[in-house]
Amino acid sequence: MIETRSSDSVFDRLEPLLPRVAKPVQYIGGELNSTVKDFDAAAVRWALMYPDAYEVGLPNQGVMILYEVLNEVPDVVAERAYAVWPDLEALMREHEIPHFSVDSHRPLGAFDVIGVSFATELGYTNLLTALDLAGIPLHAAQRGDHHPIVVAGGHAAFNPEPIAAFIDAAILGDGEQAVLAVTAVIRQWKADGCPQGRQGLLRQLASVEVPAAPGAAPGGVYVPSLYDVDYLDDGRIQRVTPNDLAAPWRVGKHTLMDLDEWEYPKQPLVPLAESVHERMSVEIFRGCTRGCRFCQAGMITRPVRERSIEGIGRMVDRGLTATGFDEVGLLSLSSADHSEIAEVAKGLADRYEGTQTGLSLPSTRVDAFNVDLANELSRNGRRSGLTFAPEGGSERIRRVINKMVTEEDLIRTVTTAYANGWRQVKLYFMCGLPTETDEDVLQIAEVARRVIAAGREVTGRNDIRCTVSIGGFVPKPHTPFQWAAQLDHEATDARLAKLRDAIRADRRYAKAIGVRYHDGKPGVIEGLLSRGDRRVGDVIEAVWRAGGRFDGWNEHFSFDRWASAAATALAPHGLDLDWFTTREREQAEVLPWDHLDSGLDKEWLWADWQDAIDEVEVDDCRWSPCFNCGVCPTMGTSIQVGPTGRPLIPLTVG
Amino acid sequence: MGARTPRTPPGDVAPVAQRVRLRFTKRGRLRFTSHRDIQRALERAIRRSGLPIAYSAGFTPHPKVSWAGAVPTGAASECEYVEIGLAERRDPEWVRTELDAALPDGIDVVAASDDTAVSLSDALVASRWQVRCEGLDRADMAAAVTALLAVDRLAVRRMTKSGERDVEVRDSILALSVGQSEGTLDIVVATAVPVVRPDDVMSALVGLGMPSPAVPPIATRLTFGSWDGEQVTPLF
Repeated sequence: MIETRSSDSVFDRLEPLLPRVAKPVQYIGGELNSTVKDFDAAAVRWALMYPDAYEVGLPNQGVMILYEVLNEVPDVVAERAYAVWPDLEALMREHEIPHFSVDSHRPLGAFDVIGVSFATELGYTNLLTALDLAGIPLHAAQRGDHHPIVVAGGHAAFNPEPIAAFIDAAILGDGEQAVLAVTAVIRQWKADGCPQGRQGLLRQLASVEVPAAPGAAPGGVYVPSLYDVDYLDDGRIQRVTPNDLAAPWRVGKHTLMDLDEWEYPKQPLVPLAESVHERMSVEIFRGCTRGCRFCQAGMITRPVRERSIEGIGRMVDRGLTATGFDEVGLLSLSSADHSEIAEVAKGLADRYEGTQTGLSLPSTRVDAFNVDLANELSRNGRRSGLTFAPEGGSERIRRVINKMVTEEDLIRTVTTAYANGWRQVKLYFMCGLPTETDEDVLQIAEVARRVIAAGREVTGRNDIRCTVSIGGFVPKPHTPFQWAAQLDHEATDARLAKLRDAIRADRRYAKAIGVRYHDGKPGVIEGLLSRGDRRVGDVIEAVWRAGGRFDGWNEHFSFDRWASAAATALAPHGLDLDWFTTREREQAEVLPWDHLDSGLDKEWLWADWQDAIDEVEVDDCRWSPCFNCGVCPTMGTSIQVGPTGRPLIPLTVG
Repeated sequence: MGARTPRTPPGDVAPVAQRVRLRFTKRGRLRFTSHRDIQRALERAIRRSGLPIAYSAGFTPHPKVSWAGAVPTGAASECEYVEIGLAERRDPEWVRTELDAALPDGIDVVAASDDTAVSLSDALVASRWQVRCEGLDRADMAAAVTALLAVDRLAVRRMTKSGERDVEVRDSILALSVGQSEGTLDIVVATAVPVVRPDDVMSALVGLGMPSPAVPPIATRLTFGSWDGEQVTPLF
């Protein structure tokens, strides 16, 4: 461990090492629209860490938004940090350089608070690397008053129990208002002379309440150390109880209610280095009520809140001016579902006609796609690939997962795309869904064949292609499938092998269909970390100590390292990897995240799980009556959708 | 199988009305950018600045930008050149000011010209480099320099993505001396294929007995242009 408390920039010591590492540009900071404020003069200093490679972390909207929201506060500094690759990590250890922020290269230990955004659980080992490199004790219990507070956010924070020992706090839901509330608490605590030290601050944070609406259940800050977990003899959780009066029994998620009041990022970061998304993104709505039962994002971000067409127009204009990107991504969980998406797409295509500015919808539902929309998107010269996600191969399994798309819809949509000039379509499916059999997955081959056959018929051409991409299903907390048994990796691999053989066997179509899938092993570990409890923390630490880094990357992930660490660390509790992954839970079981409130009514989730098994579908509450998922009454929220009926006005020149 | 009917590219593409050449720098921490990073940064700066850039024809139109002999990642430069095609005529100095404002500090656009009589590749035949080798003894450097200048040919081994390859160094060295300021080398290399980089010259010198610098040397291209046997004169 490297001991340092200096707040000086480490750049002078870092610079001589940079010629010796891959892609040094990712460590230098200074991106267009980045901010460097007076570090020493600030009252509250945030380090915002994305625990993955720079090229993945930089485009992350969550970090970008909070970076701006915080830096707009005069006495607050927010700087960004990303995971360092093992080549630099080794050199930093050799030269005793602590983990740093990329903006002014301050040691992470010099900040008051480190906010870590977990889009996926596979970033947990990278958190430990960062803490250790920064000289911050891995275990929150061993940190002193001078160490930063480590706060987890992002979707994985909806069950932070596996990393409970390593974090001081977790925040569920939208971060914009939550980080400001936490900042206010830290500012006051420091101004008061740090009463009761670190413990005093944590108790104050546990009392934070940010209601989305007056009188509704407030969003809070979860401080794991203020809760005790008791276990039954068979290993299941008996109860989770607060051990401090400051800690509420349940901690609620935060919900931002008017997106038009929060037009962030206003000045999107533009990296010098290449990143995974080379475009300017605008979030056109938050939340999704389609009700796909596997989808954690759709469940935990309810209700739907649309940004208005004018708000979208303002953000696109300001963002393009500030960045110079040549592509705009209209982001959301299902972008074609925006109530005025046609008007938005047409308005933007008109506005940017002749400027070589591309438009893209990163996620489009089969039933919301239409050719007019697609043509607007490709009007300005570019025709990007089309991706649809039927998720399940058979109609039956699509009823189970509540992805209400018929095979006829799918064929019609894809055929229309081929007829309108697209030559390549990508279809995304999952394998290992609850109640799934070989037949459900083999139906994917049939769907792909029908797509190609219909495409050849309408185009009269043989060069059309379809790529089938298959991911392993991982049951997630706060979804109807949170009780489900995960399919083990042997069965997943066997099923995928059968599918591959079925597609290859039909020589009329084999060459036109590409198949992409990964083996089932990483999904099992993601499953362990998703639905794990505090006892899984020892597994994470053991894996990290054995060299585990960058688990989201194939070339770094080692299933054997995880399996062996799990076997060793879970044995004293009489548990194993299967217990956390392939075991189906019963209704009465206390789940590790039951004290964390996503607003979803657990009884509704259970009823929806039973409906899934019975292959009963449920509608979208935007277009049908409320089906009582529980979010709106609990959180005091309601769906906010258009149409506004207003046009996107052209920009005035001059 | 149906007949292949080619799709016509959308819209008309405005022809190039004027070519403007720019000289720019790669200073400070920006030396860690790769050539691709610089390409992206310039294309985005062009869009932000609102210059009337011309685009290539086709389904994926590209802005008209031509590059010449970029320095490697990790090397700094006071003298890089790029040529852009504009769809409408502009005062080169105005183009320089606009682009300089839109580019990050460190990539500074320092001169502009619309004289394109000689092609960039014909005009940029030699580079003068300063290599700062902290902690190296002047006499050690001078001895290796003399040894290198005394041979007719010398190849060094370079690691590339496709493995090791030998690069002939001596042929391309037009001038070499220990620099005026402490711990520096002054190198003039001809623009050649494969290009000889300052670190290739450093490898050659280390092979001839110069100690390896304790910290990685920092190379800066000072000028890029013509060679009269005495000095390198920048194109503009």
